[in-house]
Amino acid sequence: MTEILRFILLYREAIFIIILSVFLGIEVISHVPSVLHTPLMSGANAIHGVVIIGAIIVMGHAKELLPMILGFIAVVLGTLNVVGGFVVTDRMLEMFRKKKHQK
Amino acid sequence: MDTITTLTRLYEFSPYISVLEISYILASVLFVVGLKKLSHPDTARNGNLWAAAGMGLAILFTFLFHKVSLGNGNYEGIHNIPFILVALLIGSFVGWFAAKKVKMTAMPQMVSLFNGMGGACAALISMMEFPKMQAAQSALSAHNMFNGEALAILLGLMIGGVSFAGSMIAFGKLDERIGDIKNPVLRFINLCFLVLLLGFVVFIMFREPVAGDTWMIYVLACLALVYGVTFVMPIGGADMPVVISLLNSFTGVAAAMAGFLYHNQAMLTGGILVGSSGTILTILMCRAMNRSLLNVIIGAFGGSSAAGVQSGDQAVKEITLSDTAILLSYSQKVFIVPGYGLAVAQAQHLCHELDVLLASKGVMVKYGIHPVAGRMPGHMNVLLAEADVPYEKLLEMEDANNEMVNTDVVIVVGANDVVNPAAEDDPSSPIAGMPVIQVWNAKNVIVMKRSMAKGYAAIENKLFYHPKTRMLFGDAKVTMQKLINEIKSI
Repeated sequence: MTEILRFILLYREAIFIIILSVFLGIEVISHVPSVLHTPLMSGANAIHGVVIIGAIIVMGHAKELLPMILGFIAVVLGTLNVVGGFVVTDRMLEMFRKKKHQK
Repeated sequence: MDTITTLTRLYEFSPYISVLEISYILASVLFVVGLKKLSHPDTARNGNLWAAAGMGLAILFTFLFHKVSLGNGNYEGIHNIPFILVALLIGSFVGWFAAKKVKMTAMPQMVSLFNGMGGACAALISMMEFPKMQAAQSALSAHNMFNGEALAILLGLMIGGVSFAGSMIAFGKLDERIGDIKNPVLRFINLCFLVLLLGFVVFIMFREPVAGDTWMIYVLACLALVYGVTFVMPIGGADMPVVISLLNSFTGVAAAMAGFLYHNQAMLTGGILVGSSGTILTILMCRAMNRSLLNVIIGAFGGSSAAGVQSGDQAVKEITLSDTAILLSYSQKVFIVPGYGLAVAQAQHLCHELDVLLASKGVMVKYGIHPVAGRMPGHMNVLLAEADVPYEKLLEMEDANNEMVNTDVVIVVGANDVVNPAAEDDPSSPIAGMPVIQVWNAKNVIVMKRSMAKGYAAIENKLFYHPKTRMLFGDAKVTMQKLINEIKSI
């Protein structure tokens, strides 16, 4: 029990951020029209590509061969997620906007 | 010990680190604003750019200013810069190219693929951080690894691995490379795997850390991958959008775990934001189908419980192209109800052509869009928008249902389960209670279909035997082309 209480005290800032972010995430998208479900999913998909930062940090401090190789792969995969995700989302949304202009 | 390190962290000051933290705050704000803008049609495209700007900012500043304290007042920056740049270039090039080249119909697969990449990235980070953490803990002669860092590493690996393997299977299913394996035994195996996986995480955390003893991290990685496969395998192809959305939120959580590990607020907020909004989005999608998330995961659409509609003694009525052409040309109001068949046949442009042609003959043409028609919610909207169909012609299900009564002809193009009357009048049907487009209220129904094959819910559709229904068999694109020619020649 004390272990758990100590754990909460030690990581209170992170726990705070996590809980507030959960509410923020729910609040921000709760009124999305069904038309935008797919682009929104794709956009969120690109945002979690932020994990690339972790990959850069690991790769940036890797000194042996195996971590270097794994880090390299991680950075490539993370970039794919970020770039591919945003470009695909943009392509989807481009189509909605074109209509608005013609009107 | 941990508290002391936390305190010393606060006393160390470096302007670089401050700048880095400010950039992370900005990035987090940009993510939130971007996501908010993404949920309104008018601002959606801008929102995507805002989020992308936040991402670019965070990546650039990490590159320039990320420093690790060596403890003696010195800092160490990022090494291996050429390698990282090469990796970034490869990733950007391939990602850009793939995203630009992919056909509109293959969008869902692509999202799934990119999602898997993110999951794999998170899993790899954990695999590299684990040995370091273990060595550090054993140097402190700790008795176990019951701490936040170990938990974040292990959960990051577990969730990232499941997300990667699951996304790959979802990709395969949507691309029609992998079939469904529906076996009740698989559900049991799944549950066993999940228990094993969680048990193993706890086991690692309570083990005494020994530097260099890293076999279990590889075992955990393998278990996570296998679970990812068995988790998605029994879920039907039609439910893949929901699964992708769920795995998307998983990857978000995995990214947040890595953020927790590095005390990196941008990763933490970004990841959790996606985790929670992804979960809500998943629930919204399930709600559009009037099903619960559990129901999707357990896979009640398996068809095993489907009450058979006695179709043997009923016959479908076919209609010829010329009859269809005449019927359409002399109608007042026509509704087109598209489904996945439209996407497969790439018939959206012809659909628009037909619509313009009929409009020139004074026929009012509208589209009835079911929220889950196709393989992703909004799939049909994207597809028809690509073919320049005006936004205001696309009616959502409820509006379409209200107008159905005074509609002369409904053309169902490659849709099946979303127009199945069994959802309303047969309580024993697996799709009972799912809202559907009530096409049978119109005066005539023409169903364009490749064959009498069942839809993704694998159940019979009584609509095809309905007295008002006429069938027009053939590939949607070919049939549509012929139909257009026929109408022109009238």
